[in-house]
Amino acid sequence: MKRARIPPAIAVLAGLGLLLFLLPLAGLIVRAPWGQALGQLTDPTTTTALGLSIFCSVTATAIALVLGIPLAMILARTRGTTRNVLRALTTLPMVLPPVVGGVALLLAFGRHGLVGSLPYRWFGLQIPFTTAAAVMAETFVAMPFLVIAVEAGLRSLDHRYEEAARSLGAGYWRVFTRVTLPLLRPAIFSGAVLCWARALGEFGATITFAGNFPGRTQTVPIAVYIGLESNNPDAAITLSLILLVVSVAILVGMRDRWLGAL
Amino acid sequence: MNSVITVFAAASLQPAFDKIGQRLRSNQNIVTTFSYAGTQTLTTQLTQGAPADVFASADVAHMTTLNTAGLVQESHVFAHNRLEIAVAKGNPKGIHTLADLARSGLVVVLADPSVPAGKYAQQALAKAKVTVHPASLEQQVTGVLSKVALGEADAGIVYHSDIVTSGKVDGVAIPDAQNVIADYPIAVLKAAKSQTGATQFVSFVLSPDGQTLLKAAGFQGA
Repeated sequence: MKRARIPPAIAVLAGLGLLLFLLPLAGLIVRAPWGQALGQLTDPTTTTALGLSIFCSVTATAIALVLGIPLAMILARTRGTTRNVLRALTTLPMVLPPVVGGVALLLAFGRHGLVGSLPYRWFGLQIPFTTAAAVMAETFVAMPFLVIAVEAGLRSLDHRYEEAARSLGAGYWRVFTRVTLPLLRPAIFSGAVLCWARALGEFGATITFAGNFPGRTQTVPIAVYIGLESNNPDAAITLSLILLVVSVAILVGMRDRWLGAL
Repeated sequence: MNSVITVFAAASLQPAFDKIGQRLRSNQNIVTTFSYAGTQTLTTQLTQGAPADVFASADVAHMTTLNTAGLVQESHVFAHNRLEIAVAKGNPKGIHTLADLARSGLVVVLADPSVPAGKYAQQALAKAKVTVHPASLEQQVTGVLSKVALGEADAGIVYHSDIVTSGKVDGVAIPDAQNVIADYPIAVLKAAKSQTGATQFVSFVLSPDGQTLLKAAGFQGA
């Protein structure tokens, strides 16, 4: 059967929708200070923010892997209300406005916070305004992407391989490291990439919880914001372009795995 | 006649301007909508064409930027403000001078140097020959105030008016020799939709009644 022709009205609306995505990108590329782009790239503000962003987002992804894979395993095992509650808790940061996450982190881990008051009282350790705070904010916001991807991978896993290994005498950890993890590799990989991309772009929770200081908590998105605010649009546009290139690279690199994992 | 105007004002003006807005609403039927943010943020927004009738800046430099861009009419300095150190209630860390801010183990938050309050703070620290290692650089002076009020920072450099109106922090005075006086200019935007309303607002701010409200909020008169 031939499919019905798409009416012009739908095509026009779809076109408008596409333009909404396309025009801002065009604006960024057209207004980019191409002549000074190299100068901006070697500017200490830019390089410091880039270095910090890479460090924080990679660390956040590493923490998400260590904590998120076990969390996904628990999620994949549970059923019913327990699962719904756990799932809601895990995915909340995906829908929660990041700035709310930042306020919540501050009230929990600030030095007068629910938990943060303890290390402050015992050791004089303060989390807000440190690079650790930036990493925590990024992990908070980005880890759900990894958990969801790995959980989906676990649910579609063929458990007969694990059973076979177990029947041959392999213990839990041996099955886990030699069978489960290798089978999960695609899900873990795409989850980690999505998690890293979200961590790299994190802004709201970071500036709220970690503040803004070059080299310590001023990640690329925050440097973009500050650049535009303090009348240094060239730096803001150059850094935006870098983030755009990274995002496009991720999309292109993941185009096959993207939908499969989620 | 009812007129509705939009006022872009430096974050530190909020307590005073909110009162002025209430007064104008009840006395002169002028309804004012305020947008408070760091002066540098507002300047960027106005340069990008944000619609506003009046702009009140926390320094002369940003007003000059807008004047050079041909966006504002003649400006008038309507208030001054002194810098002060904000500390937790009761001053538990015993901070008495700018030099105390350099103590190690003290969490000090300043406004970013692109913010007028941050620029003034730098000048004051330079006068006092003190090097401070701030934990964070905030985008508006009220951000510094709230970090101290929340207890996440031990001290911050803000305006005297912020401390007078906050009620949640204590102030430590900075001696004249080290202090910097902020000048606040105000102007009607050339693109103002309601020139009459905007002019009335500016006149009220400069009038004895307006000055009284500003002084009550901790500012010094024009």
